[in-house]
Amino acid sequence: MFPFSFEWIWDMDHVVFMGGLWYALTILGIGMTYCIIKAAIDACRGNDEHHH
Amino acid sequence: MKHKKAKKYGMVINLDKCTGCGSCMVACMAENNVPFRKDESDKLLSITWMRVYKLTNGKPFPNTDICYLPRPCMHCEGQHEGHSPCVTVCPAVATDYNIETGIVSQIYTRCFGCRYCMASCPYKARYFNWWDPVWPDGMEKYLSPNVSPRMRGVVEKCSFCFHRYQMAKEKAFMEGRRKLKEDEYQTACTQACPAGAITFGDLNNPNHAVYRMVKPDPKHHGRPTNPNAFRLLERLGTNPKVYYLSSREWVRRVGDNYLKNESIAKKTVHQG
Amino acid sequence: MDSALIPRGVKRCSLWQFLLFISVVGAVLLWGVYAMLLCWIKGLNQTNMNDYYGFAIWIWADLAVIAVGGGAFFTGLLRYIFGKDELKSIINYAVLIGFICYSSALLILAYDIGQPLRGWFIFWHANVHSMLTEVAFCLSCYFGVLTIEFIPLILENRQIDRVPFFHHLSHNMHEIMAVFAATGVFLSFFHQGSLGGVAGVLFGRPFAFREGILIWPWTFFLFTWSAAACGPCFTILITKITETVTRKKLVKDSAIELLAKISGWMILTYIIAKTIDTWYWATVTAPSLGQTLMDFYSNNPLYGIWILFAEIVICGFVPAAILITKKGRKNSVALWIAVILAVVGVCINRWVMVLQVMAVPVMSFDYWAMYFPSWQEIATTILPVAYGIILVGLAHRYLPVFPDESELNPIETLPAEEEETVEPPVDLEQELKPAGA
Repeated sequence: MFPFSFEWIWDMDHVVFMGGLWYALTILGIGMTYCIIKAAIDACRGNDEHHH
Repeated sequence: MKHKKAKKYGMVINLDKCTGCGSCMVACMAENNVPFRKDESDKLLSITWMRVYKLTNGKPFPNTDICYLPRPCMHCEGQHEGHSPCVTVCPAVATDYNIETGIVSQIYTRCFGCRYCMASCPYKARYFNWWDPVWPDGMEKYLSPNVSPRMRGVVEKCSFCFHRYQMAKEKAFMEGRRKLKEDEYQTACTQACPAGAITFGDLNNPNHAVYRMVKPDPKHHGRPTNPNAFRLLERLGTNPKVYYLSSREWVRRVGDNYLKNESIAKKTVHQG
Repeated sequence: MDSALIPRGVKRCSLWQFLLFISVVGAVLLWGVYAMLLCWIKGLNQTNMNDYYGFAIWIWADLAVIAVGGGAFFTGLLRYIFGKDELKSIINYAVLIGFICYSSALLILAYDIGQPLRGWFIFWHANVHSMLTEVAFCLSCYFGVLTIEFIPLILENRQIDRVPFFHHLSHNMHEIMAVFAATGVFLSFFHQGSLGGVAGVLFGRPFAFREGILIWPWTFFLFTWSAAACGPCFTILITKITETVTRKKLVKDSAIELLAKISGWMILTYIIAKTIDTWYWATVTAPSLGQTLMDFYSNNPLYGIWILFAEIVICGFVPAAILITKKGRKNSVALWIAVILAVVGVCINRWVMVLQVMAVPVMSFDYWAMYFPSWQEIATTILPVAYGIILVGLAHRYLPVFPDESELNPIETLPAEEEETVEPPVDLEQELKPAGA
């Protein structure tokens, strides 16, 4: 799973498979971080313009 | 043929010699600490690394003929080395193909019991530990110290007595040798067979009996060139390292699936 | 008592009725939990699996809930990526159903493995060549996506929404939902596909084995396709059941019809592809391995050729024919029949690709193996259904799952009641939600 685990080999299979995994996880992680930080800022500012 | 450096241990079982006595099964269980239960009547739950099947030609008396077929793990090589049905599917690398010996291992402490390998094996050579092993009183003392017993929830199978290979290698190393002699590494079933039906050795070594008996064709993934030799389910492309010998045509035909009017000679390997 | 938690403008049954309903389903849930604990504590000997049946009812249930849960990713794709706004009416429910299906699938995997405490090995010691590894990774990640898609709905609960942080968080997540949905589609494509690959790569099992492109057997694409095709049918089916049970219209017809139409065309194209695949397999692949089609469908008490007919014709072409016609979609009875058949069809397909694969003998001297699950297996398979019903019940009561519910069911508010939710007439059945799995 990680390049430092002993099964890891720097071959195409590992790079493509794990690359896809980390790519997806990164998007989810960044997306959620953005949402949480922005929500905290909005909440502090008392910004309440939107309704859904 | 030039002797390749890497070994490819394999087995040749002469079905004309096999009497179905089951010594190989017993020897295997004792050698490898294979667990058993009080009630072993349900064979679908029994662990038998080596299992003897009874085959019949299905003809009525007086033409009835039977044959016993011992089935260890086939240690499939696949279409390219290591592409065994089970090794490729194991999600946690708990079963591995040893490039140096061609032996398919099972790492019990790595296996988490998903049983995908069992689903992949057409020979049903893989067994699950549905229970923790319970040995009859005092039997722990008779367990082999060279083979770890398995815990509940993991898969196990024939290892070609890999521990014997390791011990033989150690012994050779202590004696300052690198190469093993043919008789130094033999499986328990081979040695136990009273009829001498099982032969074990390096399929890459032209001096070994197994090579001489089946004459594997390296251009066709080791397919036997001896007309009396066959491998189970040859057409699937699993490329087993266990070969069978029989002078009887019906026995050889039972070794694979054929369409109704298909002749046994038409052995097209589907893959690759 | 809990009226402060119930969304505004909708009717819900009284709390005691709701609790009664929860406790009835909860009893079933506890039965399943008991069986699950038995499997964990005593081991898989509690099941009727054996060395011929290493994969059994759980794996089928797993594949089936994932297939029918495919409605979430496909509806998300249509709603957020292709901008089909009509689906706004049903997307929350699709996500909720998907969430239930996928959490159930993960739970099933947790008790299906022989050494549950080593379950993390599949990630840590991953064999990237195994289809099952791909399943595990994409499944877990996609469950994360579904959780992310589900969170805003939870945050929209009347009381939680009052907290400014949660209110903004929910809003922000909605804003970038397309990004999450796109990631979900990517992950779904691979895990639905790799579940098909699980069977298709078994070159030792001619019944399951299929050729394909590069490392992917045809079953890879067929599974993704069938999940995208039949998943929305399950979403429609559960919505219809929920509407029947609550005796309310919850989702606009336009949403149902659009989803049904797209689903119909997907099923039609899928079933044509499946037919071609079956034909090629029966006439080329299997004979090249020395077996005929009827070898797989005879000499056993259960698996006859009827199963292939049922899967492809009755549960494939028939629902497709109904759903692609406007008349079929508009006819309530026909729509019911079509979605039920489609869901049954995809479940049969998953059954065949798991249990029949195990049953078919490969060695010429081997025999068909039959299997019937133990009560522990049945209870643990029903467990996710009970869990799904409870979660649907809770979500329906406390979360604004159906944005158009108040519009479709206007309440004649009495002046004195103002903000308080109106209690409906006594209706014990009201909250009996269908299974989410």
